[in-house]
Order: sequence, then C-alpha cells, then structure tokens
Amino acid sequence: METLRHDIVIVGGGAAGLRAAIAAVEADPEASVALVSKVYPMRSHTVSAEGGAAAVARPDDSLEMHGYDTVKGSDFLGDQDVIEYFVEQAPRELTLLEHWGCPWSRNEDGSVATRAFGGMATKRTWFATDKVGFHMLHTLFQHSMRFDRIVRYDEQFVTKLLVEGGAARGVVALDVREGVLRTILGRAVILATGGAGKCFPFTTNGSIKTGDGMALAYRAGLPLKDMEFVQYHPTGLPGTGILITEAARGEGGRLLNAVGERFLESGDYGVGSKLELGPRDMISRAIILEIQAGKGIQGPYGEYLHLDLTHIGRATLEKRLPFVLELARIYVGVDPVSQPIPIRPVVHYMMGGVDTDIDGATELAGLYAVGECACHSLNGANRLGSNSLTECLVFGARAARHAVTYARGCSEGDAGAVRRQAEEEAARVTSLRDKRGGGEKPVELRGEMNSALEDGCGVYREQGSLRKAVEALSRLRGRYQDVAVEDHSVVFNTELIAVLELGNLLDVAEAVAITALQRKESRGAHACSDFPARNDGEYLHHSLVYFEPGAPRLDKKDVTLGRWEPEERKY
Amino acid sequence: MVEVRRKTFVVTRFDPDRDEVPKTQSYDVPVQPDWKVLDALNFIKDHIDPTLSHRWSCRMAVCGSCGMTVNGEPKLTCKDALSDYGDTVEVEPLANFPIIRDLVVELDGFMEKLERVKPWIVRAKQKAVQEGTYRQSPAELEEFKQFSECINCMLCYAACPVVANEPDFLGPAAIAIGHRYNLDSRDEGADQRNEIFRGEGTVFSCTYANECSEVCPKNVDPAAAVNQAKFTAVIDWAKRLVLPGPKEG
Repeated sequence: METLRHDIVIVGGGAAGLRAAIAAVEADPEASVALVSKVYPMRSHTVSAEGGAAAVARPDDSLEMHGYDTVKGSDFLGDQDVIEYFVEQAPRELTLLEHWGCPWSRNEDGSVATRAFGGMATKRTWFATDKVGFHMLHTLFQHSMRFDRIVRYDEQFVTKLLVEGGAARGVVALDVREGVLRTILGRAVILATGGAGKCFPFTTNGSIKTGDGMALAYRAGLPLKDMEFVQYHPTGLPGTGILITEAARGEGGRLLNAVGERFLESGDYGVGSKLELGPRDMISRAIILEIQAGKGIQGPYGEYLHLDLTHIGRATLEKRLPFVLELARIYVGVDPVSQPIPIRPVVHYMMGGVDTDIDGATELAGLYAVGECACHSLNGANRLGSNSLTECLVFGARAARHAVTYARGCSEGDAGAVRRQAEEEAARVTSLRDKRGGGEKPVELRGEMNSALEDGCGVYREQGSLRKAVEALSRLRGRYQDVAVEDHSVVFNTELIAVLELGNLLDVAEAVAITALQRKESRGAHACSDFPARNDGEYLHHSLVYFEPGAPRLDKKDVTLGRWEPEERKY
Repeated sequence: MVEVRRKTFVVTRFDPDRDEVPKTQSYDVPVQPDWKVLDALNFIKDHIDPTLSHRWSCRMAVCGSCGMTVNGEPKLTCKDALSDYGDTVEVEPLANFPIIRDLVVELDGFMEKLERVKPWIVRAKQKAVQEGTYRQSPAELEEFKQFSECINCMLCYAACPVVANEPDFLGPAAIAIGHRYNLDSRDEGADQRNEIFRGEGTVFSCTYANECSEVCPKNVDPAAAVNQAKFTAVIDWAKRLVLPGPKEG
C-alpha cells in the first residue's frame, strides 16, 4: 500500500479547505500541505452559495452590532467568544479575498458594495452579484495554484481517519479514478468536507454533501455537536430544491400567499418590521403555517408560496440577481421580471458538526475541523445568512495556523501501528467493492433514510415522529451491514463511492434525529410542537453525541456566554 | 400528476479493465416533462443500472461537473431540457478528452493549462490587508466580469476544432481566465501572461471558429477573450520593441 507524507492533510477543497491550505503554507514556509478532495476543488459545494458573505464595512455598522445580530440569530446558543472573534476577523478575511481577485460588486466610488440580509441590522453582506460562493471558490482555488507546497489530490475519497497514540496521524483515501487506496500521513489533519444535506430528500445541497467529515470524526470517537439544528432555507424551488437566494429578499423581494397577502405583515410570526428580512428559522416556520392554514398554492410537488420580485424592475434584477433570473427561468419556467417565483422551505445547512473549540481544534490532538462540517458554535441554533462563507475563511485560516504550530512539535507516533490500521481499512473497502450477494439496495436504504428524516426532522418536529425517526434510522444502520454492491469494477466506481457516502449519511442522520428527540424545547431552527417555548433553565447548553456500537451516546456542553445575556428573541 | 413519456437513452459505456473501445448501451426511461438530461441519467443509475458512471453535483448549472455530449453537441446536462429532444437521446462523454470510464473524462490536462496562465493577481508589491480594499469602479469591474464567470465545465474544449487537432492548445477557458486577470485593474501580471500567450499552442493557434462561445452555458464568450488576448499580446510585444527595459520575471 502506497504511503504519502505531508505536514498537514486537509480533507475537502471548498472555501474552508482552500483557505486553510493557503493559511498553512503562509504560516510555515516549509510546510507541505495535502489537499484531498473527492471532487476537483472548483466543483465543491461552496460554488452554489449565492447571496453573500458578511463583514462590517460601513460607517453605520459596528463589530458589536454584527456580534449581537449573530448571538440573537443563534437564539443565544452561539458561543460569544467565538462570535466576537469572528466579527472582528471577518472584514480582514473578505479584504484578503478582494486582494486575491474576488470580483466583489462595487459602489460608484469603487468601494465594495454591501446588501441587506436576514437578521442583520444593516447592509453588511458583501456580494459578487448573486454568485458569491462561485466567485469566492474560484478566487481561492486559482489563488491556491500559486503555491507549489499545496499538493492536490483530486477525486480522492477519504474513507478513514488514522488515529494512533491519542493523535490524528493521517487518512486513508480511495483514488476514485484508479480504484486504489493510499495512506496519506499528516502530522495534523483538517476536516473541511462541508455539510450533510443529502440525509434529507429535499435540499439545496449538491449530491456530494454527504457528511463525510462529520462521519469520519464521529467514527473515530469524537462528538458531533448541536446536530438537531438543521436550517431550512425559506426559498427553495419546488421539485429540485434549488436555492433562490435570500438576497432576493435583501433586494426587496416579498413573500406572498395564495391570495396575494404579504403574510409576514400580519405580526403573527415574530419578525416585526423586518418582514422578509427576518431570520431564516422564523420565515420558514411562517411559510409552513401559511400552507397549513390553507393559503398555499397546489403544484405537482406539493404546496408552495410565492416570492415576488416583479416590482423591483428588470434593470436591477439583471444587475443584482442575474443567477436568480437564470435559475427560475431554467428550472421552473418562470420569469421573475414579470412572474412570482414558486418557493417552499428546503433543507440548506447544518448548524451542527464536529465539535471544536475556537481554534477549530477537536478533542483529538492534531485533528481540526472547519467550515460546515465543523461546529465552532458560531451559529448556535440558527445561522444568519451570509455568515457561513465568512466563517469558512475566518476559521479555515485560524485552524490552519494552529495546526501548523501543532505539527511542528508533535511526536511521530507508532508507524507500524498506523500502517496496520491503514491496511485493515484498505481491506475493508476492497472487500466491500468485491462483495457479492448483499440483500439491501443502497437506493432503497437512502430513500428510507430520507423519509425518516423528513417525517421526523422537518421545520416543525414532535416527539412521536421523532421517536419513529430514531427507531427507523437505527434499523437502517443495521440493514446497511447487508448492503448490496452491484458494481465491482475498479476504475471510477461511483456506486462504491455512493455506498460509502450512504454509510456516512446514516451516521449523521441518526445523530440529527437522536439529538432532536432529546431537546425538549424550541430554540432557533429546532421547533418542537410539544415544547413550543425556549427553556433556558434546562436546555441552554450544546448537545453532544458520540458514536457507540449499539446506540449513540448523548452528552452536553456549556454555552460560552459573554456580554449579551439571553433574552426573548423578538424582532 | 404530471404526464410521463418514455425515451430511449443510448449511453456510452467504457470500463478500461474490460473494454478495448467504448460501446453503447440503451436504456428505456420514463421521463417527466420538466426533466433535464441529468435527471434521466440519475434515474438510470438509481433504478436501472447502478454501474453507470457519470459526474454531477450541484444540478443548478454552476459547479461545472456534468458536461457531456448530447446528440452530438456539448451540453451541461443539468441545464439541458429533455423536452428539446425526440424519443432517442444519445449521451456520450465530452469530445477531445481521454475517457476514464463511461461518461467520465480526464481533466488533469486542463488543470495544468489553467495553472500555466497564472490565474491569480500578480503584483510587484502586495497591498497590506490593513490598507483595506482596492478601489475598483463598476466600469473597471465590468471590463473583466464576464470572463470571470467561467465554471470550467469544458464544453468549449469539446467544441473547439483547434483542441481536437492540437491537444496541447491552451484552450478557450484557460485563455479567458488568464485574460480576465490581465483586464483586472488590481493586476500587474499582464506582461507575464502576454509572454505565455505569445508562446506556442496559445492564442495564435486559435482560428476563431467561435464554437467555444456558441456552446458556453454561461455566456462567457471565450472567443472574444482569445481575440482580445491576441491583440494585447501583440501590442505588448510591439511596446517592448520600442521601449526596451528590464522586466520582472
């Protein structure tokens, strides 16, 4: 089995992984970085982010305001030391992207333009039309090409984290093209694999968002944190789940029900005068309640409401929201210049992830996590739109600097023990590929997982259906042991990858359902019909879940409070 | 529910461990009226034949993974409506690239070409982050914006007659991206890139067939970029003759 060696191994080539790679080679002029991604980095799902990245830029704004908005948006479950660090570093990181060529949209005077976003007190979201993730990703990727010490391993799927002597030692990766497994040793490992939206049937996430990094850490014994908090974006296209950015509302878009009412004006939904610029959790709930009240519009993919941009005018839409125009025309046959866009809430983002501290460090020496696969507790129970792209940069950079320092001083570990672990893993994956006669079709397991989570972990949850989801997912994990693999070929075997991804998704799905079941309150994106109020007395804490061979084990962790005391969350 | 039609998909199959040359396989697929070509491929993968390999991810025309040849034309399959086709749809891998497996082609050549054009901001002196952002007017942004929209889907390489004859040709996307940086008011690397553009297998290999711009799913217009790059590379060369002087490498 071939073994490769680097100082830092980064798993994932999206915004967080690329930012980490650049920070690592800049922090240490000697460091060699492996950037391991299951796709070519420019295919990473960062590419699909649309609306913008938040950082204080205007004279009428302040770090304190950005901090408070984020704390309040998190329903007071965000760690305030993390949030304060984040808002302070955010302008610096977006400025760096500007220096690296990101085509940020501009004001007439040549300064960077900002737009309004949900839950933000003022215009602090930097944007490059409505393809911000695309432009940030390509800027980072192209900038990363200037560093020879960033060694890319494209289309390599990491199947295991190597842990020995209480420290991360590297990974085992399946070369998708060649079908061989290799050991990639690193003195530190940074997970940056993104989210896990594909646990659900209806999601904005691309096919690659399968919770790989979360599952790698979880299987290595590390806790996942706050997994019950799944963000439903209010405006996805029915059928496909394709995202229509919140920037559409930032530019003046209105939400209308079947009878044409701007229902957020009713005062029933807690968004106050923010209306469409309320936080995502509240707007998604409002849409569901309108539909339940019989004010939805029936379509081939269930009921939906309207996002109306027709009053904004063609010129502004073409300038500010060209991608929205393109997506609506291609995928629902609607021209937003003259027609409202059909939308419904759609699974978008995991607030939870691999538990880390403010440095992106996990409990395991040498293991870091950044981006959506991590939970630094910046977002708490509900993330504000446009904080996550910035989060990838701020904590990608910070974790890399810490990883570099750690890597300089860490011990070597027992090379023989690491090699044996890697060989066992290679044998496991190879035997899965060669396996004959499994009784469970992966597509059916995936479908049942999707249904279990959709039924149990929707915008509104209740104890009965949550319990059913937990039981169903536990059974599915058992049945997965008998999964069938029909493609036994070596080269570019995408069925094998899908089966490995399904294993990851099942772990993550169970973690989502089981943490949701234990949180008997409503906070942020976790709205529990049986317990409609927030309960700080019992639940002002993070949820932790550990992998155990039988059922997952639950634990909790304190929230770091600070200058902002928990208060009623009203807008 | 919605009306379902059946279409026959004739798909390229190739496994280098089993096949000397690519062959085709036909699949009969019940097609929903709003489906794209990619939806049919995913249906085949999920419900008919799990051994079919193709790349895809975002299914919203921005990640660039799912470029293939559909009825002879390079297409982004997640954007390509099935209603535009008759009862038989032929799906092949992108032309002008080596096939790895089924509909999956080798992209490493493009990655090397992209790196060759120095797709990053080149400056003699980096601005300190404390100094804030560069000023760039909306008009200056407009100069290069269109060429920054390339999603690297490779449709233009599949369509390009020069790439077909001259595989080392830098190609439309890489030239458009290099040119994009040349046009960026923050960049000072045009001399270096023009040097590259004057070399063999670059802008002057282009015969201006315009195929690249016709197939581009994002209206990047790489043919315009190549043409402009030719012009600036010549002007830059002429200036050097008139004004000799030391140049940074």
